Amino acid sequence: MPGADKETDLSERIESFLSELKRCGSGAGSLRGSAETARETTALLRRITAQARWSNAGDLMEIIRKEGRRMTAAQPSVTTVGNMVRRVLKIIREEYARSRGSTEEADQQESLHKLLTSGGSSEDNFRQHFAHLKANVIEAINELLTELEGTTDNISMQALEHIHSNEVIMTIGRSRTVEAFLKDAARKRKFHVMVAECAPFCQGHEMATSLSKEDIETTVIPDAAIFAVMSRVNKVIIGTQTVLANGGLRAVNGTHTLALAAKHHSTPLIVCAPMFKLSPQVSDTPVQSHLHDLVKLTSILSKVNAHCPVFDYVPPELITLFISNIGGNAPSYIYRLMSELYHPEDHEL
Amino acid sequence: MADSDGRQVDSINNATDEDVKLQEIVLAKNEGKELTKEEKQRLRKEKKQHKKSKKDDKGPPEKEKVKEKASVPVPSKPATQSPAHKAAPVPVNASASESPAAAEKPAKSKAELRAERRARQDSDRASKQGKKEVGQQSASSKPKATPNELQPVVKRLPEHVQVDDPAALKKLAKKLERQQVPLRSDYGYKVSLFSHLHQYSRKNPPTQQISIPATVIHPSIVRLGLQYSQGIIAGSNARSVALLHAFKQVIQDYSTPPNEELSRDLVNKLSPYISFLSQCRPLSASMGNAIKYIKKEISNIPSQCKEEEAKGELQACIDSYINEKIILASEAISKYAIEKISNGDVILVYGCSSLVNHILCKAFEKQRKFRVIVVDSRPRLEGRETLRRLVKKGIRCTYVLISALSYILPEVSKVFLGAHALLANGYVMSRVGTSQIALVAKAYNVPVLVCCETYKFCERVQTDSFVSNELDDPDDLIVTRNGKTHLENWQTVKSLGLLNLVYDVTPPDFVDLVITDLGMIPCTSVPVVLRVKNVDQ
Repeated sequence: MPGADKETDLSERIESFLSELKRCGSGAGSLRGSAETARETTALLRRITAQARWSNAGDLMEIIRKEGRRMTAAQPSVTTVGNMVRRVLKIIREEYARSRGSTEEADQQESLHKLLTSGGSSEDNFRQHFAHLKANVIEAINELLTELEGTTDNISMQALEHIHSNEVIMTIGRSRTVEAFLKDAARKRKFHVMVAECAPFCQGHEMATSLSKEDIETTVIPDAAIFAVMSRVNKVIIGTQTVLANGGLRAVNGTHTLALAAKHHSTPLIVCAPMFKLSPQVSDTPVQSHLHDLVKLTSILSKVNAHCPVFDYVPPELITLFISNIGGNAPSYIYRLMSELYHPEDHEL
Repeated sequence: MADSDGRQVDSINNATDEDVKLQEIVLAKNEGKELTKEEKQRLRKEKKQHKKSKKDDKGPPEKEKVKEKASVPVPSKPATQSPAHKAAPVPVNASASESPAAAEKPAKSKAELRAERRARQDSDRASKQGKKEVGQQSASSKPKATPNELQPVVKRLPEHVQVDDPAALKKLAKKLERQQVPLRSDYGYKVSLFSHLHQYSRKNPPTQQISIPATVIHPSIVRLGLQYSQGIIAGSNARSVALLHAFKQVIQDYSTPPNEELSRDLVNKLSPYISFLSQCRPLSASMGNAIKYIKKEISNIPSQCKEEEAKGELQACIDSYINEKIILASEAISKYAIEKISNGDVILVYGCSSLVNHILCKAFEKQRKFRVIVVDSRPRLEGRETLRRLVKKGIRCTYVLISALSYILPEVSKVFLGAHALLANGYVMSRVGTSQIALVAKAYNVPVLVCCETYKFCERVQTDSFVSNELDDPDDLIVTRNGKTHLENWQTVKSLGLLNLVYDVTPPDFVDLVITDLGMIPCTSVPVVLRVKNVDQ
């Protein structure tokens, strides 16, 4: 039966996506960038919307929530998956509200008045059936996909506003967003880039070779030299894995040191992060990685504890500016953007 | 009197070839070659004779005193001489020199003059033993003495920070050619911020260019140079001790050539060795101080001393220097530092500092309960050596890379750092990454203690890590991850540079305490210690 086929096909796809997430891991350098993960997640969610059996918005949201929980459980450190799930949930709520005809924008905002006057919970609201809901949701998800595809370009277009000529820019590790950002600026301006290699995986090396191929003067420095050279750096531009709800970052390890050094020298710290990296989570449970770099110490490894954290938490006080696909923002504004992207009830999947 | 005769002869000689000599001296100055002692003394004599016409004749004692003062190695020349722009990697004292291919005509009279002067000096020295320091003498010699005590402002810029100056490079090349020391060429693309520093490759040690057995350079020095350039001997204390042992060997094998004095000739012999060693690897502050000490000791050997006796005395001096300044100093520092370690402490150390390792081992022996977190960094990965030593002792250790510093610091109660040198403005020069550790520790309010022996204090001042540093082999940064070596062909890419810094400076506001063999002092008291030391010497 075509329905069953579709279902098995769907579950197959979900399974393969999950296994790829599990395999990907966060330590050895993601096999794919977060943008790609976001796109694939959204495409998968669109497929679920199209092929799964549901009759009203509430069912759809349940299905998506369930799949979303499975996906985030597969690889908790990849937060973009959870973010996309929440975006889609919000889309569903919006489309549902639009179909119902209520002006949802005003209702979305939590206000004291609303808390006092609202009667029952809004749970029941999603049980109505609308014929065009599916089509609308899929269309909205398509819009989301287009937005995702254009994020890197949108960010790179702002590069010339932030980089002047003969600057020395420092970055750490490898971020595809920052790479595109700098390459775009390099088309018109000449500047120097210092890349901290970010041991033990040394993603900085790849970044440096890629930048130098575009004729950007690049220098690779070891992590230990970050503070030593910081006095000559004009700007620090970094990417991040996640932007937290308070405006802080969860970025690759070594970023906190970089941020402290920049603060000490009053160097602006600019974070290039597309909106899909915004996450309502605030937990920063340390994620550790395997320690293949310590192979030479096998003789005493049994008597030694070794730590290799993958991410660092950077508090919002150390950050100067966020550049995202919708423009530049101060860290203090992030909570507001968050409230526009996600519904508060979706913060816990 | 022999004095007046000698001086008359001098003046006669002066009259005849005064012009030639002055021209020569001016020429030598312009070419930047080192003035020989004779030439300098000639200049001094001219000035003295000018003064003589005004003042009463204080004469020979003062002159001898001045000459003797001049022969005492000082970090820079006396202020009366215009500082010739020298290209010497180490502040070489005024009397050490290789005379340029001097013309034959003045050479003969120089030897004559030298002999006469020596005779005069000896006789005056003998007579001076009984004389007290007369107020007049001290007053007239004070203009010479005071600048020495106050460390004259004008110092020679060391060669190793003038790589971007072609004139300085040429001078160095000529000097090395004279001394028959091979010149090492730079390697690889240098980051523009550091174009004033050398960058060598470990694959091309300077020993490849000299013949074995080397005639000019003592074999133990060649071996030492190779060990330095390959990184086999690393660490401030280790390098100084190795240097001193090599010098002991040199002194052992040394024999005074005829018509020469040990105190002068040995110092001259050491110059090419020092140039060679600085070509292998720029000298550290501790090595510089050790060399100064040795040269001073050598120059102070009285001339009537027999050779064997003198050599024995010098070797004893070196032994006592090592014992006092390094071994006993580390004992004293451990004693102070152990007071600062309490039970239950979590101590963070960085890289491999022999002194800090010693302190921790001593503390462990004294039954203090603590555990250690060793922070390491690429590309040297010296922390592994520390880890080995501590684990062997039985101390509980944790190992992290420096990028994990923010992660591990909330657990830490104290940070112990070693130093390569302490600068006169209170900055701590140490392995690159130390300033980063101090910065993050400060952000987390963890006390930072620096342990440093006093012989590593130096009079230089520096505010950032750029003006004077060492660039290590850039190829060290290349690494293979996941089967891919991204930087393998970095030389082929025009705009890619690798920067492998060796040292950095930590501002004094990050450091809470400096533990030295003289006690526990704040970072800003370093110039006080230096002054006290200089007065002692």
